[in-house]
Amino acid sequence: MFNKVCVTGIGMVSAIGNNVQEALKSILLQKSGLGFTSYLDTIYKDEFPVGEIKLSNIELAESIGIGSSQSYTRTALLGLIAAKEAVENAVITSATDCRTGLISATSVGGMDRSEIFLKDFFADQRKGKLRNIIGHDCGDSTEKIAKYFHIKDYITTISTACSSSANAIMLGARLIKNNLLDRVVVGGTDALTVFTINGFNSLMVLDREPCRPFDETRNGINLGEGAAYLVLESERIAQQHNKKVLCEVKGYGNSCDAFHQTASSPEGKGAGLAMKKALEVAQLSTDEISYINAHGTGTPNNDLSEGNAIANVFGSRIPMFSSTKPFTGHTLGASGAIEAVLSVLSIRNNLAYPNLNFATPMKELGIVPLTKLTDTISIKNVLSNSFGFGGNNTSLVFSAC
Amino acid sequence: MLKKEAYINGLGCISPQQTFEGNGLPDVSDLLCPDNFFKCLEPVYKKYIDPIIARRMSRIVKMGIYASKLCLEDAGVEMPDAIITGTGLGCLDDTEKFITSMIRNDEKMLNPTPFIQSTHNTISAQIALFLKCHAYNITYAHRGLSFESALLDSLLMLKEQSSESVLLGGVDEITNISFQIIKRLGHWKNDNCNLLNISESVTKGSIAGEGSSFFLLSDKKNNSSYSKIVSLETIVNQLNVESLTKEVSAFFKKNNLNYNDVDLVLLGVNGDSKYDQLYYGLKNKVFCNNSCAYFKHLCGEYHTATSFAMWLSSVMLKNQTVPEMVKMNSFSSTQLKTILIYNHYRNINHSFIIMQAC
Repeated sequence: MFNKVCVTGIGMVSAIGNNVQEALKSILLQKSGLGFTSYLDTIYKDEFPVGEIKLSNIELAESIGIGSSQSYTRTALLGLIAAKEAVENAVITSATDCRTGLISATSVGGMDRSEIFLKDFFADQRKGKLRNIIGHDCGDSTEKIAKYFHIKDYITTISTACSSSANAIMLGARLIKNNLLDRVVVGGTDALTVFTINGFNSLMVLDREPCRPFDETRNGINLGEGAAYLVLESERIAQQHNKKVLCEVKGYGNSCDAFHQTASSPEGKGAGLAMKKALEVAQLSTDEISYINAHGTGTPNNDLSEGNAIANVFGSRIPMFSSTKPFTGHTLGASGAIEAVLSVLSIRNNLAYPNLNFATPMKELGIVPLTKLTDTISIKNVLSNSFGFGGNNTSLVFSAC
Repeated sequence: MLKKEAYINGLGCISPQQTFEGNGLPDVSDLLCPDNFFKCLEPVYKKYIDPIIARRMSRIVKMGIYASKLCLEDAGVEMPDAIITGTGLGCLDDTEKFITSMIRNDEKMLNPTPFIQSTHNTISAQIALFLKCHAYNITYAHRGLSFESALLDSLLMLKEQSSESVLLGGVDEITNISFQIIKRLGHWKNDNCNLLNISESVTKGSIAGEGSSFFLLSDKKNNSSYSKIVSLETIVNQLNVESLTKEVSAFFKKNNLNYNDVDLVLLGVNGDSKYDQLYYGLKNKVFCNNSCAYFKHLCGEYHTATSFAMWLSSVMLKNQTVPEMVKMNSFSSTQLKTILIYNHYRNINHSFIIMQAC
């Protein structure tokens, strides 16, 4: 029986690089992508560091051969770039040679252009260029990506805030396991927007310094943007097409914290349930996890809650864990997929990533993240956490084949 | 495709019609819509939601919680094993509130409440919070297939046996701002019209609507089961009558069904002369010998309108009656066993759902 879910391609664009290799290089050099925005029109542009991709929309469009960038949101352009890399990496020559789907995720969709439209519209309801609003909905970027690759067999979009793309990966894996698809491109995309910067600022959770996840002095998030996609194929199709299998998606779990719309429960109940469920689906014990790529946003609330949940689930044997958000910023709906790609790279290269900017252990928590790049330990199974507004908690397990 | 049985054991619906007290359709003879948009008739929320909490909630969240609570009570289920929702545009009112104040106040001194309630998964999250439900919780936001995507996931949950009961919902709200913007995009009619004549419309554009419909899906049938879901198919593509006919044919073949097995075809006719031709093409070429009906004159057009169609179908299958006001042609069949719902969103998203009496 074939029931493995094989990862056969990865692609990613983020503040630490326009493709996977560039991102890996930045991580090996321990070079963060955080800085001030060059493209956003916000009063906070010199106040809050962000993880921005240093290419204009026109440059992004040109990089994938799209002549007119005007009908594309930045979210769609980033998604196309990352999906293209993943599809090429998986050496897919046709999206119609087997049942192929696309599950994409985004939290704010085409807000990067809607906010431009709305500025004019609010001044005068007859004003505002309509081409800036037609891509507002979450499905817009997904359908543009599907069209670009001629993907037809199943297309949908998930939007569960900051766990969105982890949930897209989970759904893709389930569709393959249940033999509804043979191949599925899964991941997510989100662009930086004035809307999200103001939103998180209104919650007073943006740090003016580079973020310090799991540190006693942590003071919030640095937002980021980006996109990442993975190509998942059934074992049967991967074998038939002689695919190089990078790793498997072995486990997944989703649970709702049901504590508060934005705050996590102090003990991390939902986070713990999601991790346990993912381990259960993967049929792995806690001591088989080599590395945890934590959600680790750098907010006082998340890191305490997640830290407690990790301590509760793993007990006395805590695996190496770190947050890679000081590299990329928090890319919201894309973060689950970006960290999934980093998890795949961790397995492929036997790497565990440093939690940049960590200095002082948290008083309430007995565990500390990894601070140095580790390349001497064999990485077999990686657990990746993504938590979102509404207490939406998702954990994924990636395993070496 | 998904062999496991999926029964609908509970319903809850808030719509522009009086649907939240008992599941049925009141008789409506004249559905005038003065502003060309259809707002829900809303219940008194305090029956289920503490007024102090309700004050901070937008309409879409209140409609979502109330309809889901109605549904769970109807099914006699306290705690579902999964909460799965679909919404095309999500929490528009909170999103607009936050952006409006951000622009007016030059990004200063903003109230975070509308921002934290602006994400698409706010409705399913608030339902979970309300129920203290830690189960699987997912929200789909894919245009005219948002609800269908949630339905597919629900069927998958039942098949995988990760859940015995799934709370499934389709929710969308209309706001003045979104109505104005979408009107400028040309999706809504300019002229006032009597909604009962929607199927005779010769002008472009549809009538905006909204709604919140919830279903308790289970792999087990009980005495109060309404209907069962037999099959679902979604298509993202532009079709013409010819290619649509091929898709329908393939869908029926896959499900081992003949056209004459269908007792009622429920079509998403929305009064937009540019797009309704697909429905009429299907009605006249493929289902010329079947009874046909429509529903958007009752709920308006919105991304998750098929959730209203599924609610209506469940009620019709259980009561074994088809209300006069939804009929498009005269009826010959005596029984009502199988319903096909066909809907499309601006000819880019299409869906087929087959439901049966149980």
